[in-house]
Parts: sequence; structure tokens; C-alpha cells
Amino acid sequence: MANVNLSKINKVFGSTHIIKDLDLEVGDGEFVVFVGPSGCGKSTLLRLIAGLESITDGDMHFADDLVNDLPPRERGVGMVFQSYALYPHMTVYENMAFGLKLAKTDKQSIEQRVMETARILQLEELLQRKPKELSGGQRQRVAMGRAMAREPRILLFDEPLSNLDASLRVQMRNEIARLHHRLGSTMIYVTHDQVEAMTLADKIVVLRDGRIEQVGSPQTLYQQPATKFVAGFIGSPTMNFMPAELLGGDGNGCRVSTPGLGELALPQDASGKSPGAELSLGVRPEHLRLAEAEGENAFEIVNVEYLGNEVYVYLEPKAGDTLLIHRSEAPSRWHLGQRVALVPDIEQVHLFDATDKALAVNGAKAAA
Amino acid sequence: MNRYQQIKLAKQIGKWALIAVIMVYAIFPFYYAVITSLKPSSELFQVDFWLSSVDFGNYAQIFSQDSFIQAIGNSILVAISVVFIALLLGVTASYALGRVRFRGRTTVMLVVLGVSMFPQVAVLSGLFEVIRTLNLYNSPGGLILSYTIFTLPFTVWVLTTFMRQLPMELEEAAIMDGATPWVTITKVFLPLMWPAMATTGLLAFIAAWNEFLFALTFTLTDSQRTVPVAIALISGGSQHELPWGPIMAASVTVTVPLVILVMIFQRRIVSGLTAGAVKG
Amino acid sequence: MSTPATESASQVGARSTKGGYRGTKVRRQRVRAAWMFLIPMLVTLALVAGWPLARTFYFSFTDASLSDTAGAAWIGIENYLVFDDGNWYGILTDPVWWQSVWNTLFFSVVSVSLEVVFGIIVALLLNAEFKGRMLVRAAVLIPWAIPTIVSAKMWAWMLNDQFGIINHLLMALGLIDAPLAWTADASLSMWAVIMVDVWKTIPFVALLVLAALQMLPKDCYEAAEVDGIHPVKVFFRVTLPLITPALLVAVIFRLLDALRVFDVIYVLTSNSTNTMTMSIYARQQLVEFQDVGYGSAASTLLFLIIALVTVLYLYLGRRQLGVDE
Repeated sequence: MANVNLSKINKVFGSTHIIKDLDLEVGDGEFVVFVGPSGCGKSTLLRLIAGLESITDGDMHFADDLVNDLPPRERGVGMVFQSYALYPHMTVYENMAFGLKLAKTDKQSIEQRVMETARILQLEELLQRKPKELSGGQRQRVAMGRAMAREPRILLFDEPLSNLDASLRVQMRNEIARLHHRLGSTMIYVTHDQVEAMTLADKIVVLRDGRIEQVGSPQTLYQQPATKFVAGFIGSPTMNFMPAELLGGDGNGCRVSTPGLGELALPQDASGKSPGAELSLGVRPEHLRLAEAEGENAFEIVNVEYLGNEVYVYLEPKAGDTLLIHRSEAPSRWHLGQRVALVPDIEQVHLFDATDKALAVNGAKAAA
Repeated sequence: MNRYQQIKLAKQIGKWALIAVIMVYAIFPFYYAVITSLKPSSELFQVDFWLSSVDFGNYAQIFSQDSFIQAIGNSILVAISVVFIALLLGVTASYALGRVRFRGRTTVMLVVLGVSMFPQVAVLSGLFEVIRTLNLYNSPGGLILSYTIFTLPFTVWVLTTFMRQLPMELEEAAIMDGATPWVTITKVFLPLMWPAMATTGLLAFIAAWNEFLFALTFTLTDSQRTVPVAIALISGGSQHELPWGPIMAASVTVTVPLVILVMIFQRRIVSGLTAGAVKG
Repeated sequence: MSTPATESASQVGARSTKGGYRGTKVRRQRVRAAWMFLIPMLVTLALVAGWPLARTFYFSFTDASLSDTAGAAWIGIENYLVFDDGNWYGILTDPVWWQSVWNTLFFSVVSVSLEVVFGIIVALLLNAEFKGRMLVRAAVLIPWAIPTIVSAKMWAWMLNDQFGIINHLLMALGLIDAPLAWTADASLSMWAVIMVDVWKTIPFVALLVLAALQMLPKDCYEAAEVDGIHPVKVFFRVTLPLITPALLVAVIFRLLDALRVFDVIYVLTSNSTNTMTMSIYARQQLVEFQDVGYGSAASTLLFLIIALVTVLYLYLGRRQLGVDE
């Protein structure tokens, strides 16, 4: 087990700059998830840590070892691949023992370690089977077992659940979480699925265009997104954004005007911004309340989705063409075609400036 | 029956007639060779479409000749050795060409392809000299060496297309497990390549078994010849006195194993041929 | 969230990550291993192809003879063309050489054309669904599996002027009055050779075309059928354009093979000038007349002709090669 320290990491493929001056610290025993849209560099970053790609510039340390030029087997990392990549002609036992054999481990220790890994992953019954005789979830566990068998310092996962169907994905997600509690080893996990990120991570790293957009606990990312991108990426359904104009304010709060909602007094620190500045106001669907339409504050309901335990109400926006979403517990008294007023929970409103940075709420912001 | 049904029926008849014609066209020459080989020499010159009686005299005659048995032995030795060498060199080369990006890869691919296009006669004099220098003239060794000129490029080409189809993540998993390229080939890829190897090996075997020009030129004595040369050189007093019975018996003898192989592995052969050509 | 710009960037990334371990130890180890793996093959090819070809080029400018290739003397282009005593000599003045060039071209063009036409017909038939299709496909493969020498002998027997079944059938049908000397008659022997070659190589062309046919999208045929377009029209408007790339590959493969044809003709008609091809001419000079210099000159000319066709093929096939990478 080890902590991972990345400093000023760069990766260039030909003329494409994939990873740009990236710094990151992963603590010993932490479960870190890289998320981001496709093309953000999250998989490349994982492969750089694995040693499958080399860094163009920068330094990478595992514990106190500089690993920049070490091949994967000398780094002490194990990796679980998206397609599992099990050796089709080997049994489960042989799959897990292959790396140990290549490391010239003696036969007894190999057996001991494979059996121990199999016990943890409940694979004992399957050891003599070939991969094609296994179900998707079982293959997934074997892939993890193979990565774990050599007792790597760091376990890497490259979108390991994306080949499973929805219900199995939830089950495996749980198993991975429990595995982490039990082993306590450092794990780095790549996914594009924000639900996986939220449920598994101690720490989420949101990547965008080869740079870190924000690092933090799931809670921090959800409640205090540092940028509009993070605010929009984390949370489902996504946050509602509306244009807003700064009317005035200081270090203790501000007033903004938003089409439809009118004037709002918010706790955000607006010092340094001049009145008239273009802002973006963000509210999560559950932080909106619907009321009877009232003057300007009237939005038409264009669709109502009933999900059993909750209801999504879609509203025609005053600007742009992304529908606004309201989420509440079922049942809902609102119906299609109605015109309603939107009342945001002032404590839960986010403001983003023209560069998409979030405006801090009196000192509370620094924690992010 | 209305017009539509009539047209449909006519189409069916036409299709089956065409199938019948093709079947006869494909099979009849071989069938006729079998019939001829099973006739007693007295009935040889009378045209029959089927056999009234079976006579193994022609077979007895060719198998009583040591040179024919030696020729079969030589053909087997040469073909199997060639397949073995081509696969050995081909698997490692195809890993390099199919899975590693490096400067000069395209050039090597073009060289391999170019060699497979060589007219054999263009290297005949130079190869003759090489074989004589290596003291391999009039021996199976000379044929084994010279046959690599057409089996090796072909093997490399087909195996490369198969190698490319193996998933990248499998190789990366092996790298994570600490496997060197050699271990990756022998422990991970080779067990998965057996179908491809069997196909390629079979095609190389057929090519080597059937080769004629080199075998004719680089051997001198009866005991060193391969079967195709032995058959081509069976002769009688003159063109009109060729011993057709024994020739047909010998022809059937060397063809039957191939036909059986083709029947068994037809799916494999088709995939191998098209992998070599369509993707080339 | 993910703009088109970041999408395309990821594709670029994905493409360049494939198989690239630029600069790492792993990557360097792989490239070194790749060359180690290639060297045995390259050495073998150099020994059996590169060096002999170079020697053939060299011999073509010498008076080498088969019994003594080492003591060959340089004679310049005399094997190709020389003016001596008021007369021109050399291959380029040899009417037999030009006859064999013409024979080779005639043989190649006619037999490849026939193979393509019949190959397409057989492929179309095998592409249709019917009972016993696998059996027919296996049967069609038989001529391909039979050694060329054997097929030549089989046909030589069937074409035998006195006892051959072909003459027997044609006479029974009243198409001819007297037996024909298929392999001896100057006007017939080339056609006999073509017939045997076509018989043997239809399967190869048919299989390549069949593979191409099976990759065609089914829905555009269903659309054509719904629209009531005549099948013949569909073939020429839809099928043929779509299989043209595969057909082109098959044609050039076969053309290269036909241009170097040797065994079928050697067995059927021996060294007769009516059917003599460039390969037979060159081998006759080399081996039977022991004139390595002169034979090598003929081989060199043949090589140049085939190299020309090969370059054409590579030019056409390059695009396909590029897609793979």
C-alpha cells in the first residue's frame, strides 16, 4: 500500500496534449475516482499511473519511489480492465496465478495467495472453470482477483462495470466498496458514470480537457461545486442554470435579477464584481419549489415524469432551450400545461461568474 | 398455376440445373481419374462412365516401385518441415508486425508482400547457386529452403491479420502481470492462435505439397523427387504410350489426402484464403 | 456537457494510444523484441529471395553457364541485345521469346477474364440459400485442392486425342466428326491449357467474391426487392460496384499468378512453342540449354513485367492497408 503523488504531469501524443500540468495527491488507502466526459484524459491518466503509457513530463512517486520509468510489474500496481481481458484459455486459478508465476514465486506461496484471494472474492467454487463458463459478474470478480493476487500497492480500475447490465452493476459496485473497506488498499477508479463516482469515492477528481476541474469528497462536489462544469456534471437530473445580472453587493451578500424569478438576495460574496456583471444562477432540481403563478414569475409545465417515488416536472425556460427541472416526492399536484412560479431555496443557490467560477458564500467556500 | 408461380418454378429449376452443372464440372475430372485408375489395363482405352469391376492392378504397380514410395516420403518430409519453419518464423514476425508500432513496419510489410509476388523463375538461377553452395542440391533440404520463398510471406501475412484481431487489453493485462513480449506470445497468444495456425499451416502444406518448378529443377535422381515431379515424369515409350492407368492411380493417391483435408477443414480454408487475400 | 470538440479530441487520443507505449521501458523493450522477432524471417527471405534475385540480375549480364556460375564473365547487355557480324542477336531479337511473351499475355488475360466471370456466377449461386449449400461449396473447392500437376495429367487424359472422354462425348453429340488433338494442335493447345487453368482456379476467385458478397448489407437488397427492381439490374447497379474492390484484389492476385504460369503448361504441352510462356522459356534456357546468362536475362524481363503489375497492385491496395493501421 502506498500513497501516490503526481506533480506537473504532462502527456502529449503527437500533436495532442492530453494531460496538462496535472498535480494530484492520493492518500494511502484512499479510494479515488476519476470522472469526466469522454476525452477528458481520465483513462490516459490511469494508464500513466499503471505504466502502460509513459509521462512526457513531470514526476510520479509511489510512496517514496520515483516510478517515472518503471515498467508496470516493477511499480506494484494491479489493473482491472473494462473488458476484463481474462486469458480465455486459462482456468480462473491459472488466470490469478499467472502474474505470480512470472514473478517466480514458489508454488506454495502461489497457491496460498490465490486461495486467499479466491476466498475474499468468493471464487473458491469457480477456480477450475474457464472464463467462458462464467457469468459477467463472476468474470468481473476474477478480473479483480487477478489484479489483487500479486498484492499490489495500488489497484487500478478502468471503467470496470461498464460491460455489465444495470442491476449487476449496482451489485458489483457494492462489492467493490466492501472490498475496499476490507482490504484498505489504495484504489484508483475511472468511470464516466457519476453515480459510481459518488457512491464509491472517498475523493472524486473531476477532469476536463486534461486538467483537474475540482478535487473533493462527493459531498463537497455536490454541495459546493467550484465551477459551473462540476455543478453540471455531478448530480442527476442536472442542475438548472439561468442567466442572472448582478445588481449590487459586497462581501456579505448580493442581489441579482433573473428573468422570471425577479430580484433575489443571495448570500454569495460579490466583492470585486461590479453591478451589471453577467452571472449564471444554478439551482438543483430538489432546491426549487413550485407555487401558483404570480406576475412575471410564470413558467409553463411542458412535461411531467412520474417515477414512482418522485416526480420530475419540466418547465419552459425564459432563456436558452434547456428545460428547467423540478424534482419532488410523489405524488405531485402539478400537471401539464399549468403555469407556475419557481421559488428557489436561497441557501442552496449557486452563482457562477463569466469564467464559470463559483462565487463563494462568506468564507464557507474555502473548504472546497 | 398462375404466371407468378410458373416463373418461380422456372427459377427453381434453373437454379438446381446450374448447381448440377457446377457440381459435375467440379467433381467429374477427379471422378474420372478414380475410375480410370481402378480399371484393368485391358479396358483402359474404352470410355466408361462407371465401373463394372474394380481392379487394383494400377495401384499395386505404382506401390511396387521404390521411387514412388520414396517420392511420397520426400513430399511429406518437405511439406511438414516447410510448414513447421514457416509457422515458427511467421508467428514471431506476425506479432512484431501486427501488434507493435515501430518505424519501418510498413516497409517490412511491403517487402513481405513483394516477395510473395515474386515469379519463381526469377530467382531460379540465383537460388540454384545458393543451394549448390550450401550443398543442398538434389536433397529435401534444398526444397525445404526454397519453399520458404512462397510459404513464409503468405504465413506472415495471414497470421498478422489474425494477430491484429486479438484484443489490446489482453496484451495489456499480460504486461501488467509482468510478461515480456516473448512470454506474451508463447503463453497468451499462441494458445489462442491455434485455429489460425492450423488454417495457415494447412494452406502452406498444400502449397508445398503441390509445388513443381523448384522440385523439378533442384532434384536430379528418382530417390530425391517429390510426388508431383514423380507423376510428371512417369513415361512410356512415347507420347501415345503413356501408362495412363498407373499415372491416374498415382494422381488419385496424392490427391485423396488433400481432398479429405479440404472437406474437413473447408470453413477454415475459406477463412484463411480470404484473410490472406481480401485483407491483403 | 461533452462538446463535439472534446469528443473528437478523445478519438484522436484513442487512436494514438492504441499500441503506443512511446518512450517507456515497456515500449522500448517491445520495439527491440519486434526487431528480434523479425530478423530470422528477414534473413531467411534475404537468403531465398533477395540474394538470388540480385544474382539473377547479375547473371543476366554475364555468360554464366549452369555448370560454372562462379566463372561467369561480364558481357554487358549482350544477352539482351547485341550487334554482331551485321546481325542483331539477343533475347529481344528472338522470335520465340516474343512468341512466349504474347502467349503469356494471351493466356493471362483470357483465363483471368473467364475465371472472374465464372467465379462470380459460382459465388452468386453459393451466396443463395439452399439445401446442401455446404456440400456444393466443398465440391467446388476440390479443383483448387488438386495439385496442378495432377489436374494437368487428369485433363491430359480426358483430352487424349485417341481415347479421351472429351472427344468421345463431342463425337457422340455429333459436334465433331473426327477426334481433335487438343494438346498437340497449334490452334487448340492454348485453349486446352486455358480450360484446365480456368477449371482449377475458379474456386479461388469464387471464394474471394463470396466473402465479399457475404459482407454486403442485406437491407439494401430488401429495399430493392420492395421497390420491385429487376434482379439483373440490382446486380449491375448494386452488387457489382460494392464487390469491385474485392474483385480487383482477386484479379490482380490471379493475374500475377497467371503471368508466371509454368507447371500446367509444362505438363500438358511440354516445351511446345505454341503455348510456351515466359517462365517456360526462361527455364528452358537456364536448365535445359544450361545458359544461365541468357535464361537470367529472360527471368529479369519477366520479373520487371510482374514488378510493374505488383506496383500497380500496391498502389491500389495501399488504401486498404492504410485503413488497417
